[in-house]
Amino acid sequence: MKLSIDDLHKAFESRVRLGIMSALAVNDELDFSSLKEFLDVTDGNLATHIKKLEKLDFVESEKSFIDNKPNTKYSMTKKGKKAFDDHLKVLETIINSNK
Amino acid sequence: MKEQKDYIQDLAEIRSMMERSSKFLSLSGLAGVMAGIYALAGAWIAYSVLEFTPQTVSSGYIETGTGAANLTQLILLAAVVLVLAVGTAIAFSYRKASKRGESVWNAVSKRLLAGMSVPLLTGGLLVLILLSKGVLVLIAPLTLIFYGLALYNASKFSYDDVKYLGMIQIGLGLLGTLYTGYGLLLWAIGFGVVHIIYGIYIHIRYER
Repeated sequence: MKLSIDDLHKAFESRVRLGIMSALAVNDELDFSSLKEFLDVTDGNLATHIKKLEKLDFVESEKSFIDNKPNTKYSMTKKGKKAFDDHLKVLETIINSNK
Repeated sequence: MKEQKDYIQDLAEIRSMMERSSKFLSLSGLAGVMAGIYALAGAWIAYSVLEFTPQTVSSGYIETGTGAANLTQLILLAAVVLVLAVGTAIAFSYRKASKRGESVWNAVSKRLLAGMSVPLLTGGLLVLILLSKGVLVLIAPLTLIFYGLALYNASKFSYDDVKYLGMIQIGLGLLGTLYTGYGLLLWAIGFGVVHIIYGIYIHIRYER
């Protein structure tokens, strides 16, 4: 299979979305505040990007309550994992081919 | 259109995010050195002031006239050393995390502590049970063994080098149960000397 820049998924053009996926790739699940701390972005900004990833079915969420406060945990779907791995492969190929 | 250097930057950020979100790297080498110094001081006081030198499993340390008073002092001494070491570790980690713009109490540090807590609590309770039965000779080696197991577990969530620190402590602890007369000496080597050497190593490798 020949990989090129065209194969890079549009979803990962944003650094925030790429960051969310990277963090979820090495954690089974993370809540909103943890993601926010790792990425150092505002609530609104993070929520927008998560929503986009959820729409693509790359990320899924599970809502629960801790001390009566809503707590949402996010994790990567199988589809998201595959898209992320493919994205990494393409990145590597592009970088190696231009050396 | 993104350029080559943007893709390299992308990859670098992915790596950094994966590391930051899965490993707690704000453990301080200097705190390790300080913990080692407290431990050496504690071991010296236990040995020369409180004359804690249990040789056999059924040590007469408790039965002798001053034994009971000494044992209380010994437990107090151990508690002071523990509180000082843990307090320094928290304070230094807090400072290091602030410098890195991270929170010291986050998803990763919680996991690190959870990973350490089971072996540490098990070891702590076991030591208290042995203490109540007067089996003093195994206490120093057992603290080394359970601390080593906790570190080995913790290494998954921090520097990989912590794994080797854990294995050294386990080895010293096992030696201590084999050669019971050297229990306190091996404890001083493990918690004192090894901590100092390891702390300096972490400081030079990651903190400069």
